[in-house]
Amino acid sequence: MTYIAKPKFQHPGIKKNTLGYSHRDYEGKISTLCAGCGHDSITASIIEACFELSIEPHRVAKISGIGCSSKTPDYFLGNSHGFNTVHGRMPSVLTGANLANRELIYLGVSGDGDSASIGFGQFAHAIRRGVNMAYIVENNGVYGLTKGQFSATADRGSKSKKGVTNTDNAIDLVGIALQLGATYVARSFSGDKKQLVPIIAGAIQHKGAAFIDVVSPCIAFNNHAGSTKSFDYVREHNDAVNRLDVLTGRDPIEIDQDPGTVQIVEQHDGSRLALRKIDADYDPHDRLGAMTFLQKHAAQGQIVTGLLYVDPEADDLHSHLNTVERPLNRLEAADLCPGQAALDKINASLR
Amino acid sequence: MSQQAPLSSVNDFVVRFANVNGSGSASANELFARAVLRHGVPVSPRNIFPSNIQGLPTWYEVRVTEAGYLGARGGGTDLMVAMNPQTWDKDVAGIVPGGYLFYDSTKPMPSTKFRDDITVIGVPLTAITNSTYSDPRQRQLFKNIIYLGALSALLDMDPKLIEQLIGEQYKGKEKLLSSNVHALHLGRDWALQNLKCPIGLRIRKADKVGDRIFIEGNNAAALGAVYGGATVCAWYPITPSSSLAEAFTSHCKKLRHDPETGQAKYAIVQAEDELASIGMVVGASWNGARAFTTTSGPGVSLMTEFIGLSYFAEIPAVIMNVQRAGPSTGMPTRTQQCDLIACAYASHGDTKHVLLFPEDPAEAFEFAAVAFDLAERLQTTIFLMLDLDIGMNQRLCRPLKWDDAKQYDRGKVMTAEMLEEGRDFGRYLDVDGDGIPFRTYPGTHPTEGSYFTRGTSRDRYARYSEEGAVYADNVQRLLRKFQTAQDMVPRPLQANAAKPTKYGVIYFGSTAPAMDEAIGLLESRGHHLDRLRIRAFPFHSSVASFIAEHDFVYVVEQNRDAQLRQLIVNENGIDPVRLVPILHYDGTPITARFIADQIGNHQDHIKVTPLRKAVS
Repeated sequence: MTYIAKPKFQHPGIKKNTLGYSHRDYEGKISTLCAGCGHDSITASIIEACFELSIEPHRVAKISGIGCSSKTPDYFLGNSHGFNTVHGRMPSVLTGANLANRELIYLGVSGDGDSASIGFGQFAHAIRRGVNMAYIVENNGVYGLTKGQFSATADRGSKSKKGVTNTDNAIDLVGIALQLGATYVARSFSGDKKQLVPIIAGAIQHKGAAFIDVVSPCIAFNNHAGSTKSFDYVREHNDAVNRLDVLTGRDPIEIDQDPGTVQIVEQHDGSRLALRKIDADYDPHDRLGAMTFLQKHAAQGQIVTGLLYVDPEADDLHSHLNTVERPLNRLEAADLCPGQAALDKINASLR
Repeated sequence: MSQQAPLSSVNDFVVRFANVNGSGSASANELFARAVLRHGVPVSPRNIFPSNIQGLPTWYEVRVTEAGYLGARGGGTDLMVAMNPQTWDKDVAGIVPGGYLFYDSTKPMPSTKFRDDITVIGVPLTAITNSTYSDPRQRQLFKNIIYLGALSALLDMDPKLIEQLIGEQYKGKEKLLSSNVHALHLGRDWALQNLKCPIGLRIRKADKVGDRIFIEGNNAAALGAVYGGATVCAWYPITPSSSLAEAFTSHCKKLRHDPETGQAKYAIVQAEDELASIGMVVGASWNGARAFTTTSGPGVSLMTEFIGLSYFAEIPAVIMNVQRAGPSTGMPTRTQQCDLIACAYASHGDTKHVLLFPEDPAEAFEFAAVAFDLAERLQTTIFLMLDLDIGMNQRLCRPLKWDDAKQYDRGKVMTAEMLEEGRDFGRYLDVDGDGIPFRTYPGTHPTEGSYFTRGTSRDRYARYSEEGAVYADNVQRLLRKFQTAQDMVPRPLQANAAKPTKYGVIYFGSTAPAMDEAIGLLESRGHHLDRLRIRAFPFHSSVASFIAEHDFVYVVEQNRDAQLRQLIVNENGIDPVRLVPILHYDGTPITARFIADQIGNHQDHIKVTPLRKAVS
């Protein structure tokens, strides 16, 4: 067995929300990701957001694709149904699930490989359909489970752990989401819990397609080159009988950034991100303005974080399809079957 | 003058219309078929059309058959309505000796373009339309009605019945109605005044249609989805399945809106591709809705990843596969039964899927509805295996019937109440020994019954595991479930020959009408065969019994590689020598003549040859 259950014990004095749930009620299994992975910080933020919103955990459907990020739904909301689908196909499964029961909360968790490469099409179409969901991409620019290949969000000119230079342009999922008509668009950093928690909470409460791109450093493939503790170094200097991958854990990267500032964040491999947190007076109701703002700062080498765009009047796919309020999965023969009388008329029209 | 005596036949002949795609002839040609039906005479029409929007040749063949044979007859055309210069030579060559050629005689044709063993009937259609209509589109459209009018006189049809049909078609559109009736009489009157009417081929009123309906298989399957309780349809356009999803949309608009709010009790999404369409079906079914997609072979290829997930994670899904000629893009507008292996074992790893084989629209309706019960009961993918011949051709069949007392079988779903009672919920526990576990819908209970669905290996409680024994336990249970399905799917139907016989024939799906007729043809040659029509995979035990009871069995199917035969051999451990393949795979529907010739020749051979040599 490779799964690890958490003990159910809770301290009697533990903080409870308005529904009487504690943080523990929003937790899942113990993470099997590398210690220090940004994805675990995002998991913690999801737990915090759901706790603060006093969501009934079992009313959430958490759906993911394949990859490190897509493993994470196992690590939060243990009393929710989860669905680890196939690579890049989370959006279609989530769309179908949403059509079946509009009353649940849909949390889509994906990665940059999952959404920007193999699943780029499904990402785009779920967004343009306005599926009511919180779609979170845990974006680290690499394929972790297959050991460090570039993803489509990796910057041109960046180097892989094996020293290969990326010659392809990067896809900016936030820019694409804005263009496709997402009605809630944000970007954040896994270590900036102050910013990320309310962004996730807002996405969950938003009716319509909410998209969050979370920059999330990878401990395994953003490791210091030349370090004696690095993955490569350990492998090269290990005389063990097999060639197991050995990872040395790091502390997760955390930041505390004021609105309107630019903060340089050093990743595990020493590379630096310039994160610009949008100002308090930024107008998130202007889609074109958001696109311009993003482009302008991208040209300066900055990654803009914050809630970039929201349409508070947004509607969703069910509105577009004019479906009944009652979830489709609860309709039975009496609701759905027109009966023999209607069939008699149809038969008569076919003679 | 013809050197051959002109054909003479009442209510038993084949008319073929050769047109150009996009010329608006389809409705006039269909009107002809329906008019024959209104005379009480069965018809079996077939669209033969290109994978093209406009300009390429298209044919519509109407078999007039008082005997009620609904398969394609084959063997040439008795009356050719040659309206396409591009295919003239081929069309004229396809007329049987003694047959008739009907053509637009406005422009003179060299005598070399005709045959002297057929009767040539010229009607100056273009001249008549040009002198009557000034609008080019009207000229084109009404030309079709004018030739229909002329044919009605030549075949001695009752014009009142055709007028009645036009009246029904244009009910409430008086201008269109009167202009169509006018065009009909333009052609009819011209023929009566200028030609010898009727010819040797005639329609005479009969009472052979009964209460049967005239419907396309795709339309019937769409109705089956409505009656079967499908609420989510996600699809991607592909010939020949698109009309199924479009018919579902149309029926839902009429039958599935809440009368008070006007809101839809269904959701239909035209997905971005086949991957997304089956993904939505899987997502919706996982969440407890009845969901399906429609596709054809190339779509099935794209869907196989999700089909594997549906099988292994045990999520219901219904795929209505309207087969066309493959492989690859193949012949998009030609029929075959060529996806059996691809569907039966779709996806990687050890998989087996349930296939249903309706023979006609009536069964397409019934099986489409039952597919949703089976999908939920078995928690797996169910394929409804239609083909272009059933799907896109109108066919006579018994009226569609529904039992109003029927409730949907939602399968083993553990409710909040059952969980409250303390029932042990293990998502992959085989509690009843039938291989089918209980599932819960998302959102069922605050603390019990949630689980993580994944395509990776897990134990009986849905916990991720790569233990070999745990994996084997799971896949063995899946096999047990597949065995359970044997007794749940529609059983084969057996019909014995009038005389005791050592030989049998197995067939399925759209081959059925041709087989019904072929049996009669074989009997007339002294060959008697017991018949078994397979209606589903996995095969019921009666398939093996049937084969065991006969010296050998012909397996008739419309593909190159004898896919049904392969499945029977593979799944039942049958000696392949005992199954003689009869294969038809040129993209046209199999005919009674083909089946009778192939089996008859083989039978003739074994009558003079020791059995062992004949089949070795």
